[in-house]
Amino acid sequence: MANQAHEETLALREQFDTEAQQKDASTLGMWIFLVTEIMFFGGMFLAYTIYRSTYPEIFAVCSSSLNVYIGAANTVVLLCSSFTMVLAVRSAQLGRQRAIVFNLILTLALGFVFLGVKAYEWNEKFVEHHIPGPGFHFEGIAQQGPAQLFFSLYFAMTGLHALHMLIGGGILTWLIIRTKQGAFTAEYMTPVDVAGLYWHFVDIIWIFLFPLLYLIDRHLK
Amino acid sequence: MSEHIDSVKTYVLVFAALICATLATTAVAFVDLGPFSVVVALAIAVCKMLLVALFFMHVRHSTKLTRLVLLGALMWLGILILMTLTDFSTRGALGVPGR
Amino acid sequence: MITAAVQEREHYLNASYGIKSWLLTKDHKRIGLLYLATITLFFFLGGAFATLIRIELLTPQGDLVSSETYNKLFTMHGVTMIFFFLIPSIPATLGNFFLPMMIGARDLAFPRLNLLSWYLLVVGGLFSLFAMLAGGVDTGWTFYTPYSTSYSNTWVIATAVGIFIAGFSSILTGLNFIVTIHRMRAPGMTWFRMPLFVWAHYATSLIQVLGTPVLAVTLLLVLCERLFHIGIFDPALGGDPVLFQHLFWFYSHPAVYIMILPAMGVVSEIISTFSRKPIFGYGFVAFSSVSIAVLGFLVWGHHMFVSTQSVYAGMVFSFLSYFVAIPSAIKVFNWTATLYKGSISFATPMLYAFGFIGLFTMGGLTGLFLACLGIDVHVTDTYFVVAHFHYIMVGGAIMGFLGGLHFWWPKMTGRMYPEGWAKLSALTIFLGFNLTFFPQFILGYLGMPRRYHVYPEEFQVLHVLSTAGASVLAVGYMIPMIYLIWSLRYGQIAVANPWGATGLEWKTASPPPLHNFDETPIVTHEAYDYTTVMEEVIEVG
Repeated sequence: MANQAHEETLALREQFDTEAQQKDASTLGMWIFLVTEIMFFGGMFLAYTIYRSTYPEIFAVCSSSLNVYIGAANTVVLLCSSFTMVLAVRSAQLGRQRAIVFNLILTLALGFVFLGVKAYEWNEKFVEHHIPGPGFHFEGIAQQGPAQLFFSLYFAMTGLHALHMLIGGGILTWLIIRTKQGAFTAEYMTPVDVAGLYWHFVDIIWIFLFPLLYLIDRHLK
Repeated sequence: MSEHIDSVKTYVLVFAALICATLATTAVAFVDLGPFSVVVALAIAVCKMLLVALFFMHVRHSTKLTRLVLLGALMWLGILILMTLTDFSTRGALGVPGR
Repeated sequence: MITAAVQEREHYLNASYGIKSWLLTKDHKRIGLLYLATITLFFFLGGAFATLIRIELLTPQGDLVSSETYNKLFTMHGVTMIFFFLIPSIPATLGNFFLPMMIGARDLAFPRLNLLSWYLLVVGGLFSLFAMLAGGVDTGWTFYTPYSTSYSNTWVIATAVGIFIAGFSSILTGLNFIVTIHRMRAPGMTWFRMPLFVWAHYATSLIQVLGTPVLAVTLLLVLCERLFHIGIFDPALGGDPVLFQHLFWFYSHPAVYIMILPAMGVVSEIISTFSRKPIFGYGFVAFSSVSIAVLGFLVWGHHMFVSTQSVYAGMVFSFLSYFVAIPSAIKVFNWTATLYKGSISFATPMLYAFGFIGLFTMGGLTGLFLACLGIDVHVTDTYFVVAHFHYIMVGGAIMGFLGGLHFWWPKMTGRMYPEGWAKLSALTIFLGFNLTFFPQFILGYLGMPRRYHVYPEEFQVLHVLSTAGASVLAVGYMIPMIYLIWSLRYGQIAVANPWGATGLEWKTASPPPLHNFDETPIVTHEAYDYTTVMEEVIEVG
């Protein structure tokens, strides 16, 4: 019975032979999940590419109506959260539990700052009637339809990104609780590592969303 | 997969580079570069992505398989976008009405 | 000597009892059986819709159902069969059960994720089932905009949500398989010692992982459009419905290969086993699976030749579509070459495999007609297309599924099925299938459009033939349903390796122990090495 029934632990589930094998599998699993995420957002990036190339001027005008300073500041906030996340992973590699918790809480807080700012921006759109739908109105251009397309894409893309942030927030909260319970050591910190990959990926999506949505031909204005 | 622990200094440098790139891409958007403005914006975004992926996501220490997975994903994204553009960018190119 | 021990021996079926031990199981074998039960249910549901369609088409007039009901019938037939039967059919049942065993693993890499996938399929299925019971949906399984977003007054949202959820089931299964194949292979199980079934599933998983998210986001946009009128695909706002078609077919063309590739994997196993020869050109067959998966992503525009897609893009997609024929032909030729001078036995799985090769070849060759721009314009949206994809999906995928089910039934249940009945039903299905769908090629060529329930009288003879074939086919599908269930109790007890096959799954008992193998197998031979099996058979007696 060499095969079966080693004691199941967190670091070594029943189906794996070695802890390294389990860690490799988890990491690969997360990378492949990120592949599916790339394709998921990819559909929207495609729609964006098609419509921006069809209506370049209208997209430029609409993009200029977004507040670029808030957008840039929020990008910095998100980059900060990525920085603290990577520090959390580093602390986990070194097995420093208190540092993990500290960095994770910082990451979570920065994530919520980002979402708060995002909510403020969305609210602005409500006030300005830039919400796609029957009440939509964008001042100063004849073609309302394509302008609405820009804002549909804006809301779809930032909304989906925010949803991913929320899910990330949930994961971080769970990690904080588990770390406090002492679940992670220098030898077993795969969940922290893998959650880090997810968080950085969500950051990368925003790295593309920011120039694509906020920075189209700013010089025109 | 052996554990590589990068120094905090490395992370700080990468983080600083990311902030600078963000400021740069915002500033350059106000300059009239014609059709190149989108190229510059995307180039900076790709650089930032590479920084995050290579350092924060540890791709530079990762296995060949991880890199292959990442490369594959970007290729497939390319297929999706380029093949669709084959249609949208050649509408009417052959003189068939409406096509 | 093995049979005597069967009563006491613990295996995955008697390791624990009760509903909870099944609904909370992490065992890939049990999850495979849960999937099997689920998809069988959906298969007969989809079959019921098909039956109503065929009965309506007996006469040229619309005397059984109204045109609105007919629209719903073919939509629900398509949605059920594609998203809830064919996509999960082989990968989630046979793949789930045998992929870990074939590479010598105790389980998939992520057993809980595997169980979650099953629940997602069930929940997605319930959403769609609710939509069907509440009044149905009439957009066609393709959900073309703007009809689906702005005009249809049916349950588009519930159905789309169901498919969205089921899509995640498919994604997670693919993810699980890829990681398992990369990280869980037994010592000595190199990539080129893997059975071709595993290669086929690897290719399938790639499609599931790369394609399905695009469908998910497309459906999400359709939902937003329908709920909030945001205009992404709405021509009134400057959107383009053809963009929807691009996004939809980016997934849905490769999805055809999600259905057919696993069946090809099954056929490779069966052909080799029952001609007692290694597969001719193993490497070519393995790589043809992967190249079908890759090429499958480059040809989706051939579904859109008569849309406003540019003529230039049409030519590109048409040209690329022909390339899929190359790896497909490689497979067919290599299977045939494997048979050459083989010691062939006509067991039931082999009959299904033969059926697959013939029907898939016909489906594939008519696919070349459709890849040709000029001919496609003539037969677009006719019964020619209907016949073509049924030859691939029913003639190919379901033949493969049934072949595999019979092939591995002794391993899964520890019981043999009655060979006579099984052969009879295989024959019935083959004849019934051809009688159903061959006339549809002619109908389509003569100009009968699909999705109409009223037609000119001169088409009636062919439609009656088709309906007659469908009844034969229905009987053919009922027989295995009955005798397989019967065999669970009354079937002859199966030995570990009743076919003298080579895979690792045959090296363990039937049904397998809870952790598949009593000792982790160490692989020292290529796949399909019959010399070693013969030695073992002689030793065991």
